[in-house]
Amino acid sequence: MKVLRTPHMERCIGCYSCSLACARSVYKSLSWKRAGIQIRSSGGISTGFEAGVCLACDPAPCASACPTDALRQRKGGGVIFREKLCINCGECAKACPVDAIYFDPEWNTPVLCIHCGRCVSFCPHDCLEMVEVPKEKKNAE
Amino acid sequence: MQNRFKVMVVDLSRGKSTVEYFDTRNAWLGGSGLSAGLFSHYALMDEDPFHPDQPLILAIGPLTGYFPLMSKTVLGFMSPYNSQYAESHAGGRSALALKFAGYDALVLKGRARKLTCVGLGSKEVHIQDVHFLKGMNIFKTGKKMRTMKPRNPGHRSILRIGPAGENLVRYSCINVDTYRHFGRMGGGTVMGIKNLKGIILSGDSHMELDPDLRKEYTKVYDEIYTQVVQSGTMRKYHDLGTPENLIPLNELHALPWRNLQSTHDPGVEAISGETFARDLLLRQVACAGCPVGCVHIGLLRERFGKEHEFLYRQVSYDYEPIFAVGSMLGVASGPGVLTLLEDVEKLGLDAISAGVALAWATEALEKGLITKEQTLAPLEFGDVQAYREGLRNIAEQPNEFYKTLAMGTMVAAEKFGGEDFACVLGQEMAGYATGENYYVSQALGLRHSHLDTGAYSFDQEKDSKDTVEAINFMQDQEDYRVLMCSMVGCLFARKVYPKNNLLKALNSVGYEFNENELDAVVKKIKSHRWALKFRTGFKPEEVKIPSRYLEVQTWKGKADPDYMNRLKKEYAKVLREMAENWQKEMEANNESS
Repeated sequence: MKVLRTPHMERCIGCYSCSLACARSVYKSLSWKRAGIQIRSSGGISTGFEAGVCLACDPAPCASACPTDALRQRKGGGVIFREKLCINCGECAKACPVDAIYFDPEWNTPVLCIHCGRCVSFCPHDCLEMVEVPKEKKNAE
Repeated sequence: MQNRFKVMVVDLSRGKSTVEYFDTRNAWLGGSGLSAGLFSHYALMDEDPFHPDQPLILAIGPLTGYFPLMSKTVLGFMSPYNSQYAESHAGGRSALALKFAGYDALVLKGRARKLTCVGLGSKEVHIQDVHFLKGMNIFKTGKKMRTMKPRNPGHRSILRIGPAGENLVRYSCINVDTYRHFGRMGGGTVMGIKNLKGIILSGDSHMELDPDLRKEYTKVYDEIYTQVVQSGTMRKYHDLGTPENLIPLNELHALPWRNLQSTHDPGVEAISGETFARDLLLRQVACAGCPVGCVHIGLLRERFGKEHEFLYRQVSYDYEPIFAVGSMLGVASGPGVLTLLEDVEKLGLDAISAGVALAWATEALEKGLITKEQTLAPLEFGDVQAYREGLRNIAEQPNEFYKTLAMGTMVAAEKFGGEDFACVLGQEMAGYATGENYYVSQALGLRHSHLDTGAYSFDQEKDSKDTVEAINFMQDQEDYRVLMCSMVGCLFARKVYPKNNLLKALNSVGYEFNENELDAVVKKIKSHRWALKFRTGFKPEEVKIPSRYLEVQTWKGKADPDYMNRLKKEYAKVLREMAENWQKEMEANNESS
């Protein structure tokens, strides 16, 4: 099982192609925010860019916080979202320790990285990678 | 898709805002077209640009955010530089931020009682008192504005003016997200007139993709994206960037040096794109929605103490600013250029106009037309410290000389002498001493910009003196550029977006144009823009091309005055006829309706 990592963000030019790709292909939207990967500058463009993205926690605090099992632990880290179980409470977004869940104000559902890797090929500077979850972690499971 | 444009109109005098729905998308497309349409609607044609109710318009287009490099915003306004309708374009995050705020355009009218910052998001408008930012430079202002509303870090665009704009220097720019600008024709001055220090655009909303079109749209997106990143046509913009042109233009004897006293200098190596990339380039960044990343940022390390005390500055550079404060001022030093550009940025001046203004002042001082008592600084080609003082003086206008120079180089030349060597073609020249076609094109161009028709490349490709061929080239280029700037795309992407690709892109997001229909709209927008320029006082027959352009040697030798005059006369006639025919057509339509 692979997860999305952002190992080379120092190369990021701030083009938002990854966010736009996620919004377009995963969330069927044109958006900066409705995306599982969010690019932010940390105090203006002169300080470089950071990626706000699910770190593939295992166990995931957001899944623990979800009262209806709409978010369930994904094998290898991260979560799987099932919309029909979601009661739109927003507890998941509050529980995320790295602020990687955008709780969509129109849909009232979480927008997060599903570790599908569709954004990776749109990064012109290879900032993003899909990586295999280390074996030790699998064994520990 | 709503068929009308959604426009937020902020009235700074009243402190209230109104959402308005303007005309139809098929009539104006967006960007350049929309800006011209809105200007007709909101401008006070018989008032001067200092009237508080003149509109300042920000407009995006039908492809903004949908496709790569559709990343620009068009600014439309009555220019305080020449009182005519003007456009200026900028990228940064401005276009996507306005798109995701949910508007096609933002119109600012009126004049705030106190220095003000406007914040716009999808569910918020804030008119904020920022009197405490008075006189603050561009960088500090940007930092302070990050704490203001709307709060949406990373997904906002922060536009602001510096002291030059507040002090109404006629060529003040609007800084966009630190490294981009609405540079030319005094957009920043209009903000100064309005007491508007800054604008925050917050891209906090979404558009859901039409399920019927999604598949085709994604397919077209992927095709275009692949072309952008794999075809190699865009590589040069990321690699050395626009400064790659310094050496070739110098080799051609077409790079203006020392107020265009020369077009070639061995000193070019020190300010070439190659030297900047090797010695000073810190990194490249991109406009939002563009994977190219052409914005080159140089690192200036500066010692400020006897011991090992250093500070560093990050300064963006491009071909035009390097020409303006480098070759044009005889500053053949990369760090020297970055030092001056940092000052230009902080003050909020248009780099091209400021550099060319100081170049004229230097020659006027050399020739004894003005004195050091007037220039205050001992302006001399190559003297970075003197030019730092000169820039500050333009922004602060401590005496009559700088008050005049702040109104434009030709205004100063008319008053103090030296009109023959004031390098002004409608506005201070861009960095292309390529020949008659370029001189006429900038002098008569709608924006007085090298980007109006790209005639500098016609000069390089053709050696004929056929006015019909030249005018056809300029007209064809303008047709395409009007279309691209109505989308609103970056003009660097011309090869990626030939007209058929733009049509395909438009169709994939629901615009059902065929080629003929699109051509007809573009023709209308083009004519309308010219009608506005004429309506606001443009008289191409009276535009003068200073004699310096006839004296200077390019690779073709000296310019041919006969050809240049014929071209200017015939081009002026073509433009006037286009504007007048359109005006008549509009009047006829109004009468029949």
